[in-house]
Amino acid sequence: MIKTKFNYDYYLRKNTLPHIWCPGCGDGIILKALLRAIHKCGYPKDEVVITSGIGCASRLPGYVDFNTIHTTHGRALTFAIGIKMYKPKLKVITISGDGDALAIGGNHFIHAARRNIDMTLIVFNNYTYGMTGGQYSPTQPLDSYSTTTPFGNIESPFDVCNLAQAAGATWVGRSTSYHAVQLEKFMVNALNHTGFSVLDVITNCHISYGRRNKMKSPVDMVKYQKEKAIAARSAENMSAEELAGRFKTGVLFEKTDKPEFSSEYYKKLESIKTK
Amino acid sequence: MSKNIKLMQGNEAIAEGALIAGCDFFAGYPITPSSEVAEILSNKLPKIGKVFLQMEDEIAALGAVLGAALGGAKAITASSGPGISLKLEHIGYASMCEIPCVIINVMRGGPSTGLPTLPAQSDIMQARWGTHGDHAIIAITPSGVNESLYETIRAFNLAVKYRTPVMILTDEIIGHMREKVVIPDKNEVEIIDVKLPDVPPEKYNPYNFTSGKVTPLAPMGEGYRYHVTGLIHGETGFPSQKTDVIQNAENWLIDKIYKNIKDIEKFEEFQTGDADILIVAYGSTSRSARQAITMARAAGIKAGMFRPITIWPFPEEQISKLSKRIKKILVPEMNMGQVILEVQRNACGAEIYGLNIVNGEPITPDQIYAKIKEVSEL
Amino acid sequence: MSDRIEFRFSGSGGQGLILAGIILADAAAIYENKNAVQTQSYGPEARGGSSKSEVIISDAPIEYPKATKVDYMVSLTQESFNKYINDVKDDGIVIADKELVTDLSKAKGKLYMLDMVKSAREELGKLLGLNIIALGILVEISGAVSRDSIEKALMKRVPKGFEDYNKKALEIGFRLGKEIKNNK
Repeated sequence: MIKTKFNYDYYLRKNTLPHIWCPGCGDGIILKALLRAIHKCGYPKDEVVITSGIGCASRLPGYVDFNTIHTTHGRALTFAIGIKMYKPKLKVITISGDGDALAIGGNHFIHAARRNIDMTLIVFNNYTYGMTGGQYSPTQPLDSYSTTTPFGNIESPFDVCNLAQAAGATWVGRSTSYHAVQLEKFMVNALNHTGFSVLDVITNCHISYGRRNKMKSPVDMVKYQKEKAIAARSAENMSAEELAGRFKTGVLFEKTDKPEFSSEYYKKLESIKTK
Repeated sequence: MSKNIKLMQGNEAIAEGALIAGCDFFAGYPITPSSEVAEILSNKLPKIGKVFLQMEDEIAALGAVLGAALGGAKAITASSGPGISLKLEHIGYASMCEIPCVIINVMRGGPSTGLPTLPAQSDIMQARWGTHGDHAIIAITPSGVNESLYETIRAFNLAVKYRTPVMILTDEIIGHMREKVVIPDKNEVEIIDVKLPDVPPEKYNPYNFTSGKVTPLAPMGEGYRYHVTGLIHGETGFPSQKTDVIQNAENWLIDKIYKNIKDIEKFEEFQTGDADILIVAYGSTSRSARQAITMARAAGIKAGMFRPITIWPFPEEQISKLSKRIKKILVPEMNMGQVILEVQRNACGAEIYGLNIVNGEPITPDQIYAKIKEVSEL
Repeated sequence: MSDRIEFRFSGSGGQGLILAGIILADAAAIYENKNAVQTQSYGPEARGGSSKSEVIISDAPIEYPKATKVDYMVSLTQESFNKYINDVKDDGIVIADKELVTDLSKAKGKLYMLDMVKSAREELGKLLGLNIIALGILVEISGAVSRDSIEKALMKRVPKGFEDYNKKALEIGFRLGKEIKNNK
């Protein structure tokens, strides 16, 4: 455990700043929550690996002073699995956007969950491909607009958390970039969990998404997060009509008795040796 | 030396070579005709405490290999044409980020699904140019089972030394045929190990584009924290769009291979001394060429062979030199004409003929001999 | 290249022909220090279809690894007999099973029809080991490797508990092979 007082500067690569994110973007809030959470967990910087794919969110690793790998589009989890399996002592975190994790990287997402490998995936879910100019993503709500759904989206979106749970992840939670304190708490939970943990973070892109969906300013989008988020516990007693257009936040699923892949692998090696 | 001689398949020899080279990690996806490499390593790597992974797809397999390699592993994957097509994305990443890895392509007929159980040599240009963007690569074409073992060891060495993906291109014939192999002890072969940099972490830059020396890749998790990105990056590893940095980075990717060509190249000459006809053949086709040359010599035709073992970078200088003396060149290949393009580019004023047979059977000595005769009479 | 001998085992997937080829190559390469190469051709089927397994044995280095002028071929299905007999030498020897190969219209070389299946059924009690019978026949008539070498190579590849069964199959092959030699 690191007992020192928390200081952002200790974790930031200040020579790589300013970051590329637009003023008002939610990604910076998530970055800061992540640094506080890592500090709370007490991981030494040398033992943390952060991988990411391609997109706005995936630029995060460049700004933080860990072992960082900005990989190819959708494939961050595959690099994460490689290094985790080779050096299981390392704490591995993957940063991915909604397009990165669930469209081009969807296959890796479900298989990492199936294996229940010990790492944390943080999905920066802003419903859009921000970096390429606001095309519709697999989490974009029905009937919303993007540069490639000019007449409204008719594709059903993925629910990141339902998908993660169904595929076999053993810690699943959701928060938003508005709920910064809760976000940090959930990150600590996810990082401390042994197994594949998925944290879906609803974040705001007013430039590429909000602008086309009657939420022109960051304030509009933060209001959306505040108003549409519903604590999972409160949602239990609500009807489908009441929940329409809203999303549940909270620790949505947790399971501790499913074997974790990297430890199972090394256990298996031990059992082969003794034979 | 106690001679350990075994009859084994080409794919088995690759697995054996990888183990001798100190391979720590395999990740792959099943594909004919390469699957035996995975099957054998799935049995052998766990027994020595190393990692074997069967991933969800071909792309993930090379992704995992690169992740492990960044952790300091000597890592390998094996596939065939359709799988290599998928892996191209990460071959580019490995080139760009200078991550050592070994990629086996047991070539089968293509394009697309092609001929899963039959041999071809039609991925030679894919190996060189398949991934997008300017880059260099090392590729090796063994001609038999014994050579598959030794060249796999060399591939690992070159990968670590030059921080680059190294491809081994065999084919269905070599992969599946069984031949005698002399298995060396580890101390009988040169093995280049992954090392920590000789500077402390605070002075470490993961790249160096101008000194001419390849910076060692620090294994992650050992105190050297740095950034890896497939974006064009400076020597610190962070993205850059400065024109001079971009140019240096691009130059370096090519130069580190081509300026060290003397160290990387490997070839064999067979009866070229007095030859009037030069056969340029590689991989399994070179076996038939050798037999055809013996037939031709018996018939009074002076033929000889130049056999590239390192096919990329291409042995331009040797072809150029030989072509000044030998004015007829024949390039038999199990493809519609790939290496012949390189020969044409480098040969000076020689007449160059192709023999391109892609019917799923290896090119026979008779076929090559017939072509030698035809060419000699022209 | 006159000492190059080409063998071809042909039949269908699952008959153990590849294994028979490996054992022959092993006997030559490891136990007699000759050069040997074993190759195979097969289709997409794991079982059935026609498949062949070839072995080339030579004192000189073997370049082209496949058989093109077959000296000895054994055939365990009609389909493979028809498909693979074409490049048997004119004086090559073809062994086929009396029950499995009945249409001889494509025959080439010197053809010997033997009771491999019948012998297996009667003496081994089942058809498992037909490949080893075929192996024994080819070793006996070709003399390419010694009985001792083939037995050693066979024992190395046989699963535990099946040694005697396979030895018996090999002996049947030797006997059938001898009958051909005596008939020559």
